Formats: sequence, C-alpha cells, structure tokens
Amino acid sequence: MTHILQTKDIRKKFYNPTEFEVLKGISIDVNKGEFLTLIGKSGSGKSTLLYVLSTMDTDYTGKMIIDGEDLKGYDQDKLAKIRNEKIGFVFQFHYLLTEFTCLKNVMIPAQRLGKYSEEEIEFRSMEKLKMLGLEDQALKPASKLSGGQQQRVAIARALINDPLIIMGDEPTGNLDSKNSQIVFDILQELAHHQHQTIIAVTHDLDFAKASDRTIEMMDGLILPS
Amino acid sequence: MKKGINTDIAVTYTVTGRKQTFVAVLGVLLGMSVYIFMNSMNNGFDRSANAAFFKSTPHIRLYKDDVLSEPLNKDTTTTTIIINPKIVPSSKKMNDPASIIAQLRADKEVALVLPQVSVSGFYSMGESQISGRIIGLKPEAGDSMFDISSFMVQGQFTDLSKSANGVVIGSGIAAKFNVESGDRISFLSSKGVTESLEIVGIFETSNAAEDKSKAYVNLSKAQQLMRESSSYVSDININLADYKRATLKASEITKIVGYKAEGWEEAYSSYVAGSRMRTIVITFVSLTLLLVSGFGIYNILNMTVSQKINDIAILKAMGFNGADVIRIFVTQAMIVGILGVTGGVLLALVVVNLMKHVYIGGDIGYFPIQFELYEFAKGITIGLFITFLAGYIPARKAAKVDPVTIFRK
Ligand SMILES: Nc1ncnc2c1ncn2[C@@H]1O[C@H](COP(=O)(O)OP(=O)(O)O)[C@@H](O)[C@H]1O
Ligand SMILES: [Mg+2]
Repeated sequence: MTHILQTKDIRKKFYNPTEFEVLKGISIDVNKGEFLTLIGKSGSGKSTLLYVLSTMDTDYTGKMIIDGEDLKGYDQDKLAKIRNEKIGFVFQFHYLLTEFTCLKNVMIPAQRLGKYSEEEIEFRSMEKLKMLGLEDQALKPASKLSGGQQQRVAIARALINDPLIIMGDEPTGNLDSKNSQIVFDILQELAHHQHQTIIAVTHDLDFAKASDRTIEMMDGLILPS
Repeated sequence: MKKGINTDIAVTYTVTGRKQTFVAVLGVLLGMSVYIFMNSMNNGFDRSANAAFFKSTPHIRLYKDDVLSEPLNKDTTTTTIIINPKIVPSSKKMNDPASIIAQLRADKEVALVLPQVSVSGFYSMGESQISGRIIGLKPEAGDSMFDISSFMVQGQFTDLSKSANGVVIGSGIAAKFNVESGDRISFLSSKGVTESLEIVGIFETSNAAEDKSKAYVNLSKAQQLMRESSSYVSDININLADYKRATLKASEITKIVGYKAEGWEEAYSSYVAGSRMRTIVITFVSLTLLLVSGFGIYNILNMTVSQKINDIAILKAMGFNGADVIRIFVTQAMIVGILGVTGGVLLALVVVNLMKHVYIGGDIGYFPIQFELYEFAKGITIGLFITFLAGYIPARKAAKVDPVTIFRK
C-alpha cells in the first residue's frame, strides 16, 4: 500500500494567551483510498491537525509528505497549487461563496486550475452536482439552499479537481441524521470506488465506526489503538 | 483561464455591490472631469494672458545697459582718489546696430526683429503738457510684432508709414488734449528737440497708463528727436519661434553681441510669478480632488475586503494564491476607476465644449479654454494610477488574510 500522506513528529505551539503545545508529536501514515476519521474530545487538537495537513497552516515543526512531495520549505504559492490540485476541503459550516450560483461555486476551483476548457468545466461541475442529487439547484444562488444542500455543494466543489485527498472538519456536524447519512455515503463511495482518500474529523461515533480507520486524539497526542 | 476566474469574481463583486460601485464611480467621474477642466482652463488662461502680454512686450529686449564710470585707480590699498561714479553719458548708444540686427535675423530661432528708438519727453498743446514716451519704429514691423492694429480706435496704424510727420497716440492723451485724427500736437524730447506731429490714429489698450503716455512715430522721426543719425537704435525687440526659450536665448544673445538681452521672464518676473502661482494652486486643488475620489475607491475596496473575508479564506483554501487575491481586488478597483475615468473624460469634453462658447467679453472674448490632449492624457494617467493604488493597498491586505484564523472563528 502506498502512503498518500505521511507526517512525522508534527508539533505546534500557540503562544496566545500563554505558551501551549497543541500538537505534541503527531506521526501518521494515510493510505491511498482510505476513509480515515479523527475523533477526540473538544480541544484535543483535531482541527489544528487538519489545518496543518491541509497545508493552510504552515506554523509547525516536523515532516509532512503529500503524494511523495516533502513540503519542507515550500512557499505559500507552491502550497496553494498543491491545495488546488490535490486537496479538497469540506468545512463544518458549508462555506460557499454566497454571491455565486451553486454551479459557479463548484466551477471556481477548476477555473483556477485551468486544466479544462470552460465548457468542460461546466459539464464536469454539473456531473458532480448530479452525482450529489443537486442538478435542479445548479443555477440558484448558493445562499438560497438548505444547510444539507449547501454541504453537498461544498462536497461537489471539493471534488471538482479530482483531488487525491478530501479533508473535512466535522462535515456532518451541522446536519440532521438523514443528511449526515447522505454525506457519509458519498464519502465512502468516493474512498472505495474512486480511490480518493478521505480524512474527516467527527464527533459522531457511528460515523467513525463505519469508516475504515479511526484515530483518536487526546491533548495533542494520538491515543494508541 | 486563471486570469478569467479572477476577473469573473471581481466583476461579480462589482455588480453585487452596485450601489457602492455607483457612488465610487461617480466620485472618480467628478474628480476626473474637474481635474481635466481646471487644468485645461489654466492652460487656456496662460495662453490668453500670454497673447495679451506679448502684445506689449517682446520675448527678448536687447539694449545697452547703463554703465557707471570706473574709478581711475582700482587699487584700493594705496591712496584713495576721491571719485564719484556716474552714468557714462554715451552709454545708451549701441555700436553698429545694423550688423547686430542682421546677425539676429540670420538666427533660426528668431522669428521677428524690431529695432526701435524710445524717446522720453513732453506732449504739449498750448499751455498744457503731458509727460510721456514716444516709440519710433517701422510701422509694418511693429504691427507684426505687437499687433498694434488690433488696438486702433481711430485711423489705420500702418498709415503712419505714409506720413513722415505722423503720430499714433494713446487714447488717454487724445482725451486730455481733446484731439482726434488730423489734429496736431507737439512733442518736446529730453534732448531738447521740439517737433509738431500730425495725428494719424489713436490706439487704446487694456493698460490705461500706457494709453496716457505712449505714442508711435516713424523710426526716422524718433532719431531726429534724439538728435541721432539714421543708424541709431535704443532697443532691439526680438520675438522667438518659441517664447519659452526666451531666457536661455537671451543669455546666449548677450554673450554674442555684448549688450544686455533681457528675456520677458526676467523683465516681468511678477507676471511670471503670478501665472506660476495660479498653476500651482490649480494643480494642487485639482490633484486633491482626484486624490479624494481615489479615497472613494479605497473605501469601497476596503469594505469589500472586510465583507468578503470569508470568501477570501475559502478561495485561499481552494488554492488561490496571494497574487490571485490581489488581482481580484485590483481588478475591481480598476473597473470602478475605468468607468469613472471614462465618464469623467466624457463630462470634461462636454463642459470644455460648452465653456468654449461662453462669451466673456473684454479683451478675452470667449472663455479661454480648448481641448487639451495633454491635460486629458495627464488626467487619465494620474486617475488610473490613483485607482491602482486605491485598489492595491486593500488588495494587499486581502492577500495576507490567513484562512485558518478565519475558519476558526
Ligand atoms: N488561535 C489559537 N490560539 C490559541 N489557542 C488556540 C487557537 N486555536 C485553537 N486553540 C486551542 O488549541 C486547542 C485545540 O483546538 P482545536 O484544534 O480547535 O481542537 P478540536 O478541533 O479538537 O476541538 C484548544 O485548547 C484551543 O483552545
Ligand atoms: Mg474542531
């Protein structure tokens, strides 16, 4: 099995209000096509770790390798490119660009990537929305959709560039159980049939149990399983 | 492709915030049009003032400056000989003016050369006397330099050349003596020569002091009044192809001919200072207006950046880099700026065209303004530059947004 993401001894401190080590040496290996969940008490450092893994937070020590690339010394522009090509992110609060249509929200990362023509991007975006059962919402402004629908648009957007890894910080945290189940099924389908890697923070134990592997965190450390 | 999406986003922000956009565009539009209008007007004022100014002043005046007599013994360490420096009596006389004039006429930069003899003395009629100054010149040459014909209220200026005894007097003198064309007046020169002159015409300028003291006669008549030969000349007036070169050219002429050549800027420094002051004030005020309209753009951009801080964080999470974010917001600023500048240019064109047809009267005639390509180009350049800055500063702030900090809130 190849590792799509590897970390070694990731440490991070906050200095505000007092010095405090939030990650105390995190070493994980994530396999390609694996559906991984991160659980742990509130404040244990799950979100902090996920932001480090997503390359958005660069203020840490330790080693991180994504898809064979050691990210040490990468500048913001290079990291942005990696996020654009290889990582899809789904937030707890379905952050969509409210002034754009759902379709446009999904298209934007692909337009940034510029790999496909405008027509292809539109077609592919519609495909993703269809896959998530949102084809009739495509031309509505993002703000006019329900929470569950918005979260699915956010997932479609995270998928548009066929990323290697999809990360979610409590992607179902704000959804009712029916919508949670829909989102879960989609993620599992992606991991098992599209071989995309999923790393999701959750506090939903059923959700975690149903995933391939669960890592539990406590006070900035991974608990041995 | 990459550029496309950044522009897309900028356009969307501009359109969704259309009220703010409209206000900012209006600000730039007004600032821009006032800037162009004021500067075009200043140019017009300069041009019309200069045109009036050069009707009584040559670009360069060449004359022999007064020279003081030198002390006999220049060595001040030894016995002092009592001396009393005085103006050398013959000092007003230029040597061989004909060859100087020929030399000046050969110069490519020189457009017109007008030798003249200026005589001070008294006009008199019966018992009454007025002190004044008579200018002797060749009427045709004088007319082409100063356009004296345009000031004539009676008679033809060039008729002077047909009458050796003729004189063209200022309207102030005519009024005081109650004379008109065809009448005679006497002139007593400072050299003690009295001549009876026949009035062939009367002029009236915008300068009452000149009208009360000045008159024109033929060059030869003035030479007689000075008891001088026909080669005598007191001043040589020079006009250049480009009046702005006067000061430089004057010092060049001084070096070559050895007499004092004085550019108009030196001779009338207070006139120059006045026009410079006006230019400074207008430049300052109009630039301030343009800058204030830049604040409008800065303001709307700052607002958009703070309102869209979540969007910025999301875009960065999706792989937009700092340069993309800067491009988005600078583009938004440029859309506002280009709309405003375009509108401002159109408005300025309309206003300039309207003002051009407003009749003011007096010497000025129509409002002295016209389409000044240079001022339009300068306004557009400065306007777009200010727009860019007004967009770039908030955009740089947006580029520095840390998405993690935003998502944690
Ligand atoms: N910007 C910050 N400055 C200081 N402390 C922070 C900051 N962000 C998070 N923390 C602290 O770090 C710890 C871990 O936070 P987080 O990673 O959000 O935990 P989790 O997602 O597991 O609930 C918490 O104690 C939190 O208060
Ligand atoms: Mg969290």
